[in-house]
Amino acid sequence: MVIGAGVIGAACALYAARAGFTVTVVDSGPVAGGTSGAGEGNLLVSDKEPGPELELAMRSQELWRLLAAEGLGEGFEYEAKGGLVVAATASDFSALRAFAAAQEAAGVIADEVAADSLAEFEPYLAQGFAGGFWYPQDAQVMPALATARMLQASGAELFLGSAVTGLLTSGDGAVRGVRTTRGEIPARYVVNAAGLWSAAIAAMAGSALPVQPRRGFVLVTEPLPALIRHKVYSAAYVSDVASSDAALQSSAVVEGTPSGPVLIGASRERVGLDRTPSYEALQRLAAQAVEMFPFLERIDVQRYYCGFRPYLPDHLPAIGPDARIAGLFHACGHEGAGIGLAPATGELIAALLVGEKPQVDAEPFRPARFEEVEAA
Amino acid sequence: MSVTDPHFDVAVIGAGPAGMSAAATAAGHGLRVVLIDSGRQLGGQYFRHPAPGLTAPWLSKLRHGWSHFEQLAARIEASLRIDVLFEHQVWAIEPGFTVRTDRGPIAAANVVLATGSYERVVPFPGWDLPGVVTAGGAQALLKGNLVLPGQRVVVAGTGPLLLPVAAGLSVAGAKVLGLFEANPLRGYAKHPIPLLTNPSKLLEAADYARRFVGNRVPVRSGFIVIEAQGADSLEAVVVARPDGTGRRRIPCDALAIGYGLAPQIDLGLTLGCDHTLLADGTVALRVDTDQRTSIPDFYAVGETAGIAGVQTSIAEGAIAGLVIAGDRTGLKALRRRRDRQRTLADVIRTQHPIPPAWRDHLTPDTVVCRCEEVPAGAITEAVEHLGATDTRTVKLLTRAGMGWCQGRVCGYAIACLAGGGTPTDLLAAAKRPLARPVPLGVLAGQDQRNN
Repeated sequence: MVIGAGVIGAACALYAARAGFTVTVVDSGPVAGGTSGAGEGNLLVSDKEPGPELELAMRSQELWRLLAAEGLGEGFEYEAKGGLVVAATASDFSALRAFAAAQEAAGVIADEVAADSLAEFEPYLAQGFAGGFWYPQDAQVMPALATARMLQASGAELFLGSAVTGLLTSGDGAVRGVRTTRGEIPARYVVNAAGLWSAAIAAMAGSALPVQPRRGFVLVTEPLPALIRHKVYSAAYVSDVASSDAALQSSAVVEGTPSGPVLIGASRERVGLDRTPSYEALQRLAAQAVEMFPFLERIDVQRYYCGFRPYLPDHLPAIGPDARIAGLFHACGHEGAGIGLAPATGELIAALLVGEKPQVDAEPFRPARFEEVEAA
Repeated sequence: MSVTDPHFDVAVIGAGPAGMSAAATAAGHGLRVVLIDSGRQLGGQYFRHPAPGLTAPWLSKLRHGWSHFEQLAARIEASLRIDVLFEHQVWAIEPGFTVRTDRGPIAAANVVLATGSYERVVPFPGWDLPGVVTAGGAQALLKGNLVLPGQRVVVAGTGPLLLPVAAGLSVAGAKVLGLFEANPLRGYAKHPIPLLTNPSKLLEAADYARRFVGNRVPVRSGFIVIEAQGADSLEAVVVARPDGTGRRRIPCDALAIGYGLAPQIDLGLTLGCDHTLLADGTVALRVDTDQRTSIPDFYAVGETAGIAGVQTSIAEGAIAGLVIAGDRTGLKALRRRRDRQRTLADVIRTQHPIPPAWRDHLTPDTVVCRCEEVPAGAITEAVEHLGATDTRTVKLLTRAGMGWCQGRVCGYAIACLAGGGTPTDLLAAAKRPLARPVPLGVLAGQDQRNN
């Protein structure tokens, strides 16, 4: 039983089903109704410093490639398009060089691109960048379709529009199912992949999982021919992602999509679940995108959307068993990287369910780590 | 102009009958008004007129209440307190208020939303053939450009708009082969009071009836268009009762079809105004008796408060103008007139729902979203196999409603196909975070440097 029909829940369902489990997925809303339906579909290794999250991302890239090779990828517009990170100044460029060198040691492919060669990658990029790095492993999917197709491939039984109101436990304290607004659903194992709402699910077990929303806006332009070939973003993006500041940060990530529109993400700010449009955030994204690609100045934005990333204070997801209730697992708090990290998260959960040694070390993602902080 | 200094007492968005009336009234009471419109002339859709020099012998017969327009236009043109800004597209309004246009921001202490309506249509096989136009589109072409959509025309759909469209096409020389109203009209007999208290409407209906008899325009109620046929352009339409019986094929070269009007309220919804779902499935802004919305100093007049016709629009514009100016003289009489007309408008709304049977006549390859070319079959797949239980998810999974028109054309259809037309789905179809596409350079704030 997986709680959450977002991309993490879908991946957990898929790999659990492949490990031989019969899976049900329950969600209070529709498929991809939360963060998964409000993102750009980035599968990035380029923005991650060496460490556990990068390991998870690297394994995920491998799994996304395998899913695409199975033929699932056409259903969700998988594109191994590569990413180009550009540095505005010489000092940004040297910082980026050091960052890339550390990533290479961890297995990431990062090729330095001199200022005069940037146009070979992106002919419409503005002049004057100090240089950049090319990350061929970065890729993209259409996130809502990826979620829906993984759920479909898992063969899981879906209970949509059913909110979980409580956990059912047996005499020995182990989980035996969930109570929902539409009745009880029995299960031997329960995976909490409820994204923004996963703190509330954890609280039903008495566990502390401080997932908080971090808001982002994404601009969507009119459909264009393929003038922007890769994911292109400024070196400043990496420090924004890693920041814990509540105030607005934005550094545009610009990319084309197979259906034509260019996506311009993404601002980051912690303002709770407030959907009020922030024209400051929209203005900054637009200005940064035009700085990078001057031709965009005259291109229409057709709409924008607003989403909330499920954020944990140490910027690492929580993946693993609950500290209190046997049979309850958590897979949440992936912030803005959930699409990219989903398959490896699902695979890790499936390995934990059958008791095998996982491909990626699960230790850094232990959900119990937040309880220890509190106790200390 | 500066954003921080409220330059204008009132910004009126939309220069149709309601907006003209609001602007003229407010300025007449000494307020500084800016009247903003995306088009190039006063009058909006209802008083659309050709460019100077372009005319036709039958033009005057198309014009109902033209003297109202001339009076309002004269008051606006004579006023020194009204700045009229044509070809300004408003894409958002921020609290306070800052009216964001494609040519820069405008600050105003009060806003009157008079953005009118847009036409509702539902898909049917062949509706994307050249020769198929909306009823309102046919009328706009005729009033603004003196152009007919074809020579042999069928008019169909539902609602009072079909009457002037059929009459206008006929006056301008087209052969109108039939006016097919989807709903049976006997329901009006149950509401005699609102009809009798609005005698001008009864006279108008009688006038149309006389003209249709005189020009041999067959009028049928209880029929819908279930298919448009043709190789490269329209050659015939098939009409039938909603259950598919009584099928008839009518050779023609144009079809003007419309299923009523929906309030254009995206600017108000994004700002956070309360709204209300009306009997015909349209969503309007909720207003009090003074046309105030739930946002202080933000008013909705005319169609934005629910489709009610030109007389109501002019009355409501005047009410908002008086209220903002703080002058209650004559307000009571205006409100009474408005209330009487709105009572009738509510009756009309209940008599002209979109018959749900349009769904039964779709084929899997019938295009639903024309901007993104999404067929009905893709929506069915998303609903039945991919877990899309609401409008938002169907849009996410298929891109239906995500194109240039932002779902104005297909929003209602998707709301019905996705979620069965629940209030949440219908509201989602009315919302657009950007009321208009806006160039990135404008969004980036470069307009403030260039202006």
